[in-house]
Order: sequence, then C-alpha cells, then structure tokens
Amino acid sequence: MKKVFSYPESLKKTKFSYCPGCGHGISQRLVAEVIDEFKIREKTIGIAPVGCAVFAYNYWNFDVTEAAHGRPPAVATAIKRVLPDRIVFTYQGDGDLASIGAAEILHAANRGENITVIFVNNAIYGMTGGQMAPTTLLGQKTWTTPWGRKAELSGYPMKISEALGQLDGVHYIERVAVNNPENVLKAKKAIKKAFKNQIANKGFSLVEVLSMCPVGWAVTSVEALQWIEEKLIPVYPLGVIKDKSKST
Amino acid sequence: MEKKILIRGNEAIGEGAIQSGCRAYFGYPITPQNELTAYMAKRMFEVKGVFIQAESEIAAINMVFGASLTGVRTMTSSSSPGISLKQEGISYMAACQLPGVIVNIQRGGPGLGNIAGSQGDYFQATRGGGHGDYRTIVLAPYSAQEMFDLTCLSFQLADKYRNPVMLLSDGIVGQMIEPMRQNWDTNDKNIEWKVRGEDWILNGCKGREPRMVRSLLMEEGELEKLNWELNRKYKKMEEQEVRVDLWNIEDAEIIIVAYGIAARIGKTVIQRARRQGLKVGMIRPITLWPFPIQVIKDIAQKVKSFLVIEMSLGQMVEDVRLAIEGKRRVHFCGRPGGSVLEVDEILDKLREISNLK
Repeated sequence: MKKVFSYPESLKKTKFSYCPGCGHGISQRLVAEVIDEFKIREKTIGIAPVGCAVFAYNYWNFDVTEAAHGRPPAVATAIKRVLPDRIVFTYQGDGDLASIGAAEILHAANRGENITVIFVNNAIYGMTGGQMAPTTLLGQKTWTTPWGRKAELSGYPMKISEALGQLDGVHYIERVAVNNPENVLKAKKAIKKAFKNQIANKGFSLVEVLSMCPVGWAVTSVEALQWIEEKLIPVYPLGVIKDKSKST
Repeated sequence: MEKKILIRGNEAIGEGAIQSGCRAYFGYPITPQNELTAYMAKRMFEVKGVFIQAESEIAAINMVFGASLTGVRTMTSSSSPGISLKQEGISYMAACQLPGVIVNIQRGGPGLGNIAGSQGDYFQATRGGGHGDYRTIVLAPYSAQEMFDLTCLSFQLADKYRNPVMLLSDGIVGQMIEPMRQNWDTNDKNIEWKVRGEDWILNGCKGREPRMVRSLLMEEGELEKLNWELNRKYKKMEEQEVRVDLWNIEDAEIIIVAYGIAARIGKTVIQRARRQGLKVGMIRPITLWPFPIQVIKDIAQKVKSFLVIEMSLGQMVEDVRLAIEGKRRVHFCGRPGGSVLEVDEILDKLREISNLK
C-alpha cells in the first residue's frame, strides 16, 4: 500500500508551543511539508522573526537562524547572495514585516532577491500581548486601541502585499488563509509555488497567510476561524496579487 | 624590493579587507567614509565577492549578520550616526558569537554633527554601544599603513574569538593619502587564523544535525550561562590582545596618551617639546578595548604626570584615570565637534603642567 501522508521530516518530533487555535503551527507545518516534497531539507536555511514565530527554530528540522526584529529580509539577502545554491526563506509576522521591517522587505523585494517569504498576517502583535499591528482592522479592539482602531489616529489596515506587488523586482505574491481545510490546501499550493520559484531562480516570492490569533482577538478558536472569513478576508481578499510567470 | 604606493586611508581599509579574504561587504552612503564603499563596489566585483549597497545602515549590519553565519569573512563600514544605527545588529552578533568587522570613520557629533574627523565615539565603541552585556575589540589605526594592517588584524581577531571587531578611525585618517607598503602576499594561507566555522555555520544540514543561530534564550539560567561563556572570552581578550605603541618614554616625565589622529598631532608636539627641553613621551593605545591598563599602570610609577589629548570633550581620559587609580595627575586637552587640535595649544598645556608643583 502506498503511504500518502506522514510526519514531515522537516519538523522536529516536538510539540508546538503556540496557543490553542493559533495558525502558526499550520503554516509552519505546511512549510515543512513543502520542503520535504522538494527534498531540499539539507540545503535550506530558514530565518525566524521576532514575535511568536521566533520559536519556529524549535520546530523546523533544518538550519534556522533568528534575525533582529524586522530584519529577516536583510539577513536572507546576504545568505542567499553568499550561498546562491541554497534555499533561503523568511517567516515573518505582520509586526515584523509590515511595521518595523517595512524598509527591509520593500528593498529585498525591489532588488528581486531570489528568496521566499512567508508572511503571516493575524492583524495583531501576539507575543507582546495583543497590540495594534499595521494590519489591524478599523474598529478592531486591541491592547493599544482600547476603543477600536481609528483611521484618523492610526491610519488604515496596511495592504503591504498589494504595495509590494507594484515593485518590478517581485516575481510572485499570493494571499491565502489557513482557517479551513480548503484554504489550507490552497495555502500549501501557494507556498509550494513560492519555493518552486526560488528553486527555478525566478526571484522574489511572497505568500501572505491570513492566520488565527484567538487569544489576541479575544475570541474562541472556532470564532477565530469565522472571524477570518467574515472580517479579515473582506479587507484582505484572497488570491494571486502578482505572478510574473502568468503575465506575458 | 618592497614597493610603496600612495593610498587613501579609507581605500587602505578596503584593500586590507580584500587581502584578508573578506568576500561580502555591505555599505550605505555616509561621509567621510564613502571612498571605502566605492572601493569595495569595484574590488568585490573583481574578486567575485558580494557587494550590496544596502537600504540603510540597519540593513547593512543585518546583512553582515547573515553573511557571517554562512562562514564568509564580512565587513560593513559607516560613520558616527550610521554606527549608532548598527548597534542593535552588533549586539546580536556578539550574542550569537558571529565574527565580522565594523568600520567607523568618525565624524563630529552628537546628532547629525558635521563631516569633519572627530573622536567623539570612543564611549560608544569601547562600552559595547548596543544593549546587553557584551564587548567588542576596538582597534584604532593612525596612518594609511595601519588602516591596512589593523584591518587585516581585525579579521583575524574576529575569527579567533568569533566576535565582532570594530576598526575605529576618523575622517582625517580616512581621507589622508599616504605611502603604504604593498605587501599583497598576506593571503589567507599566511595569516594565522582558524579555518572558519565547520562546526557552527549555517549552510544547509547535509550530512549533519540541523543547527540554529539565536540569541533568544528563555529557559531559566540559559542566558546567564551564555553571558558567563562570553565573559571568559572577553577575559581572554584582555589577557592576550592588548596592543600599544610606546614612544620616547625612557626618560619621560610627562606622558601624552592619545590614539588615532590625536596621536599623530601628539608626536609632532613631543618633537617640539623635546627641543624646548620638556621630557615628554607617548603611550598610544592601538587597542582601545581591551585598554592597555597594565602598561599605563607600570609607566605611571616612573613619570610625574599624564596628558590625554583627544578630539572630543574627553572620553578615553576616563579610562586613563581608571588605570592610574588616582596615583598621578591626569590632565586633558581636547577639541570637540570636528575641530583639529593645534600643536601650540597642546604645547601651552604641557608647559602649564610642567610648571605645576
């Protein structure tokens, strides 16, 4: 009988320490599955951010470094330039990528660095207790927006993937979600494509993953799945934002 | 026969890096160090290394972090305000025990300051600069020749200790064009340094267990353990890496302590002072950290007093006073804000000191 599903070799045999209902475990497992499927585990270097996802280095079973807050694209740039035949990716949250690291992601994308970026957008700073992120929705209550985010005070939910899509250096950007099995499968397909692009030397690829943070949103795990569908996706629509291989 | 060439201080650093096997350089425009970045743009292309003009000094130091963990020799350079921006990255490198060379061609400060050579970053360079308990070796060249030689030494020490090393110079030494010995045979084979990183670099886990490079250590006692481990390394640096240039100290009654460009001026002062009958000598720290505490202590027993000259409001003078522990008078003569110390004002100070009872 053919084995069709098993524990990924690219995941260590340990338990995720994320909160119940958190989406990071799903995204990090998808990355591990994709790396297994391409058989690139032994030539991959992952870069964990500052934030909840920093603990990825405890879960992935390949070389991983942690970068200073927001700087994974700069670290990835150097690693990939020095070792162009390795597979280099960053895994960053919305605070890391869209706030403190906005300059680094913008310029890595603009240089067309041949790296893969997994951008997890859960519209909040999780690790520090639930502050407003650049991606926080208008009206969304957080620790630092106790009456809900107001545009006149804090601006608008940042659609950084769309902004990055404007840059000539970008090869591929797609937004996915991990709130139901169908979306998880689509997310895996997009992540797979983002790694495939790097293997084929096509350049900068980014997958934005809309992800659950029930603790940060002060909802139950089940409500968090619905919250993505009802609140997050209308502001951050799923789908391909840019794909150079499709435009002729 | 040894050949001499004319070279600008900033470019001598660049060639020293290339000859030391540096193959990844990351920079960002800031005066007065731009000749170095331009030199690396050209030379890295020639030696098939990596050159990136980064989007900021912050990105540049984090690129150094990334390059270093692959095992390649790597460098970044900047000037005072840009070095402030790099401090976070230097702290991370120290925590992760990643080697790398950071060049500071100092200019006047604080704030945006000006673009004239200055020595106002001594505190920042020798006290770590960034957050947390860590140390960086700081080397202070005072000529084009030393820009080259101490750059080579910086790479060796960075590798020896797996620690960031700072080359602390200034806009004057950086901009001056001077003769320098062209001995390009300092290739890696002849330099004493451990082959890099087979047991710690990240290059894909083929044939070995996966590795991680990190500085977040949340388990109880984990961080303290690292701190003590780092401390053992810093103690070893203090024991083994002190370098100092002693000049005219045999019969000296007054000792000038100066580094970098101030020491160049100081040597002229000493020549003139001796013609006037003042017995003056010089201690020139080449390593600002580790600081030559014992050398100063020993010499203090034989002389009357000290004069520290700096192109700042007085920073290294505190280390000299700490070394002497109040046993001798330590005077200071300095000019901040990128103004150059005049030989005459230092001579006046020397006469004033020598007249003190």
